[in-house]
Amino acid sequence: MSNSETLTIKDLHVSVEGKPILRGADLTLKRGETHALMGPNGSGKSTLGLAIMGHPAYEVTQGTVELDGVNLLDLEADERARAGVFMAFQRPMAIPGVKMADFLRHATTNVRNPERKEGEELIPMREFRKELRGKMEDLKIDTEFARRYVNDGFSGGEMKRAEILQLAMLQPKFAILDETDSGLDADAVKLASASIADIRGGEMGVLIITHHERLLEHNRPDVTHVMLGGRIVETGGPELAEELHRDGFDRIRADYPEAAAEEAELTQQTTGGVA
Amino acid sequence: MATDVTGKAFDPTVGEVNKYDFRTETEGVFKARKGIDREIVGQISEMKGEPAWMREFRLESLKIFESKPMPSWGGDIELDFQDVYYYLKPTDEQGKSWDDVPSEIKETFDRLGIPEAEKKYLAGVKAQFESEVVYGSLQEDLAKQGVIFTDTDTAVREYPDLVREHFATVIPPTDNKFAALNSAVWSGGSFIYVPPGVNIEFPLQAYFRINAESMGQFERTLILVDEGAKVHYVEGCTAPMYTTESLHSAVVEVKVMKEARCRYTTIQNWANNIYNLVTKRALAYQDATMEWVDGNLGSHLTMKYPAVYMMEPGARGEILSIAFSSANQHQDAGAKLVHCAPHTTGQIISKSISKNGGRSSYRGLVKVEEGAKQSKSNVVCDALILDEESRSDTYPYIEIDEQDVTIGHEASVSRIGEEQLFYLMSRGLSEAEASTMIVNGFIEPLVKELPMEYAVEMNRLIELQMEGSVG
Repeated sequence: MSNSETLTIKDLHVSVEGKPILRGADLTLKRGETHALMGPNGSGKSTLGLAIMGHPAYEVTQGTVELDGVNLLDLEADERARAGVFMAFQRPMAIPGVKMADFLRHATTNVRNPERKEGEELIPMREFRKELRGKMEDLKIDTEFARRYVNDGFSGGEMKRAEILQLAMLQPKFAILDETDSGLDADAVKLASASIADIRGGEMGVLIITHHERLLEHNRPDVTHVMLGGRIVETGGPELAEELHRDGFDRIRADYPEAAAEEAELTQQTTGGVA
Repeated sequence: MATDVTGKAFDPTVGEVNKYDFRTETEGVFKARKGIDREIVGQISEMKGEPAWMREFRLESLKIFESKPMPSWGGDIELDFQDVYYYLKPTDEQGKSWDDVPSEIKETFDRLGIPEAEKKYLAGVKAQFESEVVYGSLQEDLAKQGVIFTDTDTAVREYPDLVREHFATVIPPTDNKFAALNSAVWSGGSFIYVPPGVNIEFPLQAYFRINAESMGQFERTLILVDEGAKVHYVEGCTAPMYTTESLHSAVVEVKVMKEARCRYTTIQNWANNIYNLVTKRALAYQDATMEWVDGNLGSHLTMKYPAVYMMEPGARGEILSIAFSSANQHQDAGAKLVHCAPHTTGQIISKSISKNGGRSSYRGLVKVEEGAKQSKSNVVCDALILDEESRSDTYPYIEIDEQDVTIGHEASVSRIGEEQLFYLMSRGLSEAEASTMIVNGFIEPLVKELPMEYAVEMNRLIELQMEGSVG
């Protein structure tokens, strides 16, 4: 029954500061499935994730995102989290002065008790600490971590490990992992890959955005999507991920010239905007 | 070298010390009227049964007050000095009724979980709250070590020589208009003397002091920390201070002698109609350390710049200040470090938060006098602005008359970032919870310096202040 829960994205168009980035994405992710989302830099992969999570700067101009028939686009980011959606960010924000443990205790309480009103009881401290410590040991994270300020002065690798720790604590129905392997050395990617497989069990639907094969080692994709120029242009099985890792995106660009033209335009826009 | 602060600038002209206390004889007769003039000032002194030198000091200060212009900087002060009560007899204060206290103040007391008796004390309805037992044993313990901890009126009567030697030597009435006003009409405040080598382990808290004037409008505090001694004094509380009077102007003087340490912690949360104009200054001598921890919430306008004058080599001054301003509030707060001797070290950390159209200003001075070689000072001021209507300004002044020094200054202004809010919300925190968490994180460097119970109250207070600021 629980496996029937589905995250359904239909014809999603997203603009940032009035510029269209995503130009019609379709994707259906069931609980228990692993999907890989691949594509060149700037093709719109992170945009898809951030739009699903509800980042206020990402304006949905067309299309729908539904979790079991509930329109996520009507919900604030916190309500989406409470509905069971999680995103591990490529560049998590630092929150100086806020301890990891305090932040996680609030987050975990809210996600487990979606009806909780502000000011109501949090998970009892003792219980929470025990659980957190257990998860940290599983992930080989120093317990000192809990007393540090959220992402403040973290190395790239520490940030990614902190995101995985949050994934472990919050146990969402659906998780989007945006380059959770970047900034990690080979051994750390291996550990991350195994940890993610362990955390998700058979219950979580996972969308993995990655450039590297290693993260998929323990998380073999059931489905691979290729994004180019703000569209998902091709969908296939695990062999598609292998092909792209091996050969890159030249074949894709050749097969989808229209999307490739849009990609060139998007990249130009981006660099033009900065210069 | 900074002669204006060493006590030479003002010299009371009159000699005879009158130790007699006429207070009991006059009690119940005095009826204050509004306004300030020689007669009122004379009456205040007479009511208190003060020695002649203090009476003359007050009258001299009144002249200075009248001759001084209003400060030309800081906030807008719209005050009719003749429309203020300058001295309310304790019995008048006690006559106020709990029913007169506005409901929002009562509600905040409830939310903060303040005990009934303490609420009335804080609201100025009842002058004393039930801490007599605590206070009694505390006094006994301190007395054994030779520590004096009393209100300044009592100190003038019981320790006339000590008070007279140091009173107004750190902040003379000529310093500024409001210091002069306080000098003319002061009442209450704490007097502390810590003998050489005595280390008071626990913080001395103002509210342990049984004081008939529960909240002086014009408190006068004098703290003397003798050689090698150590004290932490805590004043104020996070509950809103309710009072019917709109002008509060305190003077706090501290002397930290050789190798001594003093920390002075203040948390003030005034009602929104109050002008809170305070002069605080400490002199730190050889290898002594003075720390001000200063938290300002509420009030209509606060102007407060705790200062440390580092008088001798090795002296150290640290000021940690926080301001939270909301609608119709202007916090003009900051700090002053004056290096008068070589090898002195100073640090200022200032944090301000503005919301709902509030305005916070940092105004600070770092001054290095000629010859204060190898001195170091560092200033960090961070402002957090919660919405478009609110405002933050920074006025850092640096005056350096010596080449061989190290001075650092960093300032940052930030809005509560959309990115930070989104990050926390994506983990299930509501927008209000996320904002509160960011603000509490922002002031964490100050809060972690507070005694535990204050830290807890401070965080709760920020939560209350943040309510309704989002959405």
